[in-house]
Amino acid sequence: MSDYRLKGETGEWEVVIGLEVHAQVSSKAKLFSGAATAFGADPNAQVSLVDAAMPGMLPVINGECVRQAVRTGLALNAAINKQSVFARKNYFYADLPQGYQISQYDQPVVGEGEVEVDLPDGTTKVVGIERLHLEQDAGKSMHDQHPKKSFIDLNRSGVALMEIVSKPDMGSPEEAAAYVSTLRSILRYIGSCDGNMAEGSMRADVNVSVRKPGEALGTRAELKNINSVRFVRQAVEIEALRQIAVIEGGGTVDQETRLFDPSKGETRSMRNKEEAHDYRYFPDPDLLPLEFDDAFVEECRGTLPELPAEKKKRFMESYGLGAYDAAVLVADWEIANYFEEVAKHGDPKQAANWVTVELFGRLNKADKTILESPVSAASLGELLGLMADDTISGKIAKDVFDEMFETGKGAKEIVEAKGLKQITDSGEIEAIVDKVVADNPDQVEKYRGGKTGLIGWFVGQVMKASQGKANPKMVNDLLQKKLDG
Amino acid sequence: MALDKETVAKVAHLARIKVPEDRLDSLAGELDGIVNWVEQLGEVDVEGVAPMTSAVETSLRWREDKVDDGGYPEKVTANAPDAQMNFYTTPKVVE
Repeated sequence: MSDYRLKGETGEWEVVIGLEVHAQVSSKAKLFSGAATAFGADPNAQVSLVDAAMPGMLPVINGECVRQAVRTGLALNAAINKQSVFARKNYFYADLPQGYQISQYDQPVVGEGEVEVDLPDGTTKVVGIERLHLEQDAGKSMHDQHPKKSFIDLNRSGVALMEIVSKPDMGSPEEAAAYVSTLRSILRYIGSCDGNMAEGSMRADVNVSVRKPGEALGTRAELKNINSVRFVRQAVEIEALRQIAVIEGGGTVDQETRLFDPSKGETRSMRNKEEAHDYRYFPDPDLLPLEFDDAFVEECRGTLPELPAEKKKRFMESYGLGAYDAAVLVADWEIANYFEEVAKHGDPKQAANWVTVELFGRLNKADKTILESPVSAASLGELLGLMADDTISGKIAKDVFDEMFETGKGAKEIVEAKGLKQITDSGEIEAIVDKVVADNPDQVEKYRGGKTGLIGWFVGQVMKASQGKANPKMVNDLLQKKLDG
Repeated sequence: MALDKETVAKVAHLARIKVPEDRLDSLAGELDGIVNWVEQLGEVDVEGVAPMTSAVETSLRWREDKVDDGGYPEKVTANAPDAQMNFYTTPKVVE
């Protein structure tokens, strides 16, 4: 259990968190119809008569969605159920034309598994997976288009979702956020979901409860449809503090669905108890059980790439990176690929440092993703190569990198055009050293009188005189010889 | 099994069927009759028998991941009472 605690008036409280993540399956067509799934289409332009629940229409399952669910299950080290059953989850809402959602209930396609989550402090935590099932998304209601009407668009109706349910294994806002990040990373690696939280391809329902350390689980509240990792972190903390205040004020926490409002920094109740849902699940008579064989599972397994956790291990073992750097680099497979390309040209640790510090810093400032980086991996590799063979110093390299980032020009091109090549000719450096020594007799006297720390000052003067181009190690050696000699 | 008035009222609400208060008692009686009749099936011993999912030997058909439907919003909303700009419209429902 996490050692995260919240302070209340009556002492410390533990937080217990479980998540249900809805991830849109990356497929061209919907789960049970041939209508398209692309984001941002005109209203009702991607709706078949099946999705609109016209009488007599029958669902036919999209094999690709099954394949992606199985691949995801395998990536979560989960049990794959070769027979599963679709059930109707009945409820009444304007954007649910069938009057029920086709989902899976007591026999989901994927059973228990576990995922290794990277925490911000570089440690990891294993979070249990309860299940993963396939289900239909609902349509979308818009309430701001007309004073008295709601507008309904069914483009999302019938789009395939994977609902991934965790065990209540998380004990802090950080752990919950890290779990969502890790899950997103895995889904993006294997391509079963694009992980785009802003477009709603991935959203989380967060179950939160609080208890005194060591006591039985408290009553949980469910925070619906949280669409960013940052909001998961905020929502957990705000809800936990609310529950503590309720209990310490003599009240009880209701088991209910709540809405997190990031602009107000609060959660509020979404439905009153009379409306408590009674879904009346039953097996969908329109669909036979979903069945596949071991060969299908193995075929799915064969298409899995190296997963983030494996990649992280490899980065630590074969490149000698620390856990934190490795975790940062593998979170996005695009970044991991970029790093590996850079690392071909130089020292891997230095490559990691340049990618995570110099490159990320500049990308952040320019609000760009790694895919939009003006400096290609090969180009950054070239720069590291110039440092490795002493053509330029580390300090100059940063200036060169600035220019590469701005202009997209190559490292060698810039170094040559600007004459930034490091001076490694000892005669040339010696001349500058001699001049600096000759120009500063007072400092030389102090140095020889015992203030040997002044060596740094001398190095600085020589570097300045050489416009940063002198090889610092040679400068240091020569200075020492001259001053001590 | 005996259905009471409250259960009938709840089921009616879940199905969004409006039932006047004075019809609940008689409906409870009628539904109770239907449920009891179906419950005769409970007399059959099905111990160890897997649930039947189809009357014929068949399995679930899979479709390819191909877009071959949709693209006709006017057709989809043709029967909607007050479609606007290809949206369905309903009385305002805000949670």
